Amino acid sequence: MLSRIITLFMLSLVAMLPAQAAEEVVLGLSQDEVAITATFDGSRIEVFGAVKREEPIPQETQLEVVVTVSGPSEPVTVRKKDKRLGIWVNTESVLVDSAPSFYAVATSGPFKAVLQDQEDLRYGISIERAIFSIGASILSGGAEDFTDAVIRIRENNGLYKMVENSVDVEQQTLFHTSINMPANLIEGVYATRIFLTRGGEVISVYETAIDVRKVGLERWLFNLSRQQPMIYGLMSLAIAIFSGWAASTAFRILRER
Amino acid sequence: MRLRDFMQIYLPIAEVSVNAFLLLGMGGLVGILSGMFGVGGGFLMTPILFFIGIPPAVAVATEANQIVASSFSGVLAHLRRKTVDLRMGTVLLVGGLVGAALGVVVFNYLKSLGQVDLLVKLCYVVFLGIIGAMMFVESLKAIRNTRKGVAPKRKKHGWVHKLPFKMRFRTSGLYISAIPPLIVGVCVGILAAIMGVGGGFIMVPAMIYILGMPTKVVVGTSLFQIIFVTAFTTMLHATTNYTVDVALAVLLLIGGVIGAQIGTTIGTRMKAEQLRILLAIMVLAVCVKLALELLIMPSELYSIGASGGH
Repeated sequence: MLSRIITLFMLSLVAMLPAQAAEEVVLGLSQDEVAITATFDGSRIEVFGAVKREEPIPQETQLEVVVTVSGPSEPVTVRKKDKRLGIWVNTESVLVDSAPSFYAVATSGPFKAVLQDQEDLRYGISIERAIFSIGASILSGGAEDFTDAVIRIRENNGLYKMVENSVDVEQQTLFHTSINMPANLIEGVYATRIFLTRGGEVISVYETAIDVRKVGLERWLFNLSRQQPMIYGLMSLAIAIFSGWAASTAFRILRER
Repeated sequence: MRLRDFMQIYLPIAEVSVNAFLLLGMGGLVGILSGMFGVGGGFLMTPILFFIGIPPAVAVATEANQIVASSFSGVLAHLRRKTVDLRMGTVLLVGGLVGAALGVVVFNYLKSLGQVDLLVKLCYVVFLGIIGAMMFVESLKAIRNTRKGVAPKRKKHGWVHKLPFKMRFRTSGLYISAIPPLIVGVCVGILAAIMGVGGGFIMVPAMIYILGMPTKVVVGTSLFQIIFVTAFTTMLHATTNYTVDVALAVLLLIGGVIGAQIGTTIGTRMKAEQLRILLAIMVLAVCVKLALELLIMPSELYSIGASGGH
């Protein structure tokens, strides 16, 4: 008897999983690569897609779409200043294990309306949920203050953003949004997730990636600086010495005229 | 298309996009100061680079590379005017390199204790304050004396003349022991390594007040030794931290080398006391700015720093 109940329970659990979803994303990205050139000053990524379904459109709830793009994560040290002996000095520091260098959320409606808090917790969608500190070495109590500070500072720099009502959904089938990427992008793979929700529950998840990389001269210089640091350093010095000489000579010729 | 957007340049190592005109202008301004006063300008440029969003490690390393260019440009102009004491410069340089090596050891030791940032800032405030105030008072007196018609008297340093290993520094018109310049070189080298600058703003007053060199020769000689110290620093950063951004350096140094030429011309047309009082005011201004940063409550108490390697 007991085993039967468990089986039933398990079955109902399986039924709740999004894998069983009748609606799925068929996606298009305007580009799956962002090339950083010398004149790169930000980029705009168009995300558009369609919903594939085997059944008629459910009428009781509205289809909503949430799109997230997150840059490569790296650990960061957050320091806090305090007044000691009359001067402001760094006193405490917390290591935040993984914080994305860039994170953007676009939604088709108010965030609280398109996604339940529980689902947010499960998938880590909102900025606060996406950036959590695991095993942060905490010197004093409020580690939360430190993660909040990361979010606040990066929001001010335009690196973290939540744009509500920015995804257009047409006839519950076609959707489109554009995400602005700032000029101070870091190279790497930018994970892109698309969530379909109904009544605040996630019914389908689609994941893809955008490759952001330096090209041309930028790539060449970066590689040289890492692979041949001695040559790179000497080259930098040679450029400096040559420019110093060139300016001096040019001015002498100007003066002699 | 707006011009502002047009001139944005993405820096390959710093990984930020900056305005090219802004960098050219900043380089030019610091270059003028460099040519006029014989300071590398690192103590001014590095904080400005932090301010426009260049990561601190990249700012410090790239700044060293740029100073090589503006100092070289300046030194060539001074060489033509025969206002470089190569002999004195070499003695100072030997001391400077020894000091820089010692400074790196001291710096790493302090780093292991934590709070190295604070120490660097306090170092700046204390040294800039003392040097600035001393120069300001002294040059004010000198200006007053020339107005009154009092002949300026050359400072005599009894103990400096009693030391052995005397050398003749013809360009400076000095016949003194090689020990004081060596010690000055070592001390400046240590401080320069800790504070992450060429050390010109400490070297110049030390040459004037401790060694008694004429102001006109001091500028060229200081630039001469700065070239070598900063070239050494550039290579060190490029090979160990990979933080020299050559694109940023080129933008800064185009302005810098032109500025250095203009600065040298301005410098030779000014009186020595005027030159010194201007440098004193500038040094004091930076000192006050740094002191305020320590004393006034910052608007953002938290700061983000990269942890470990990239």
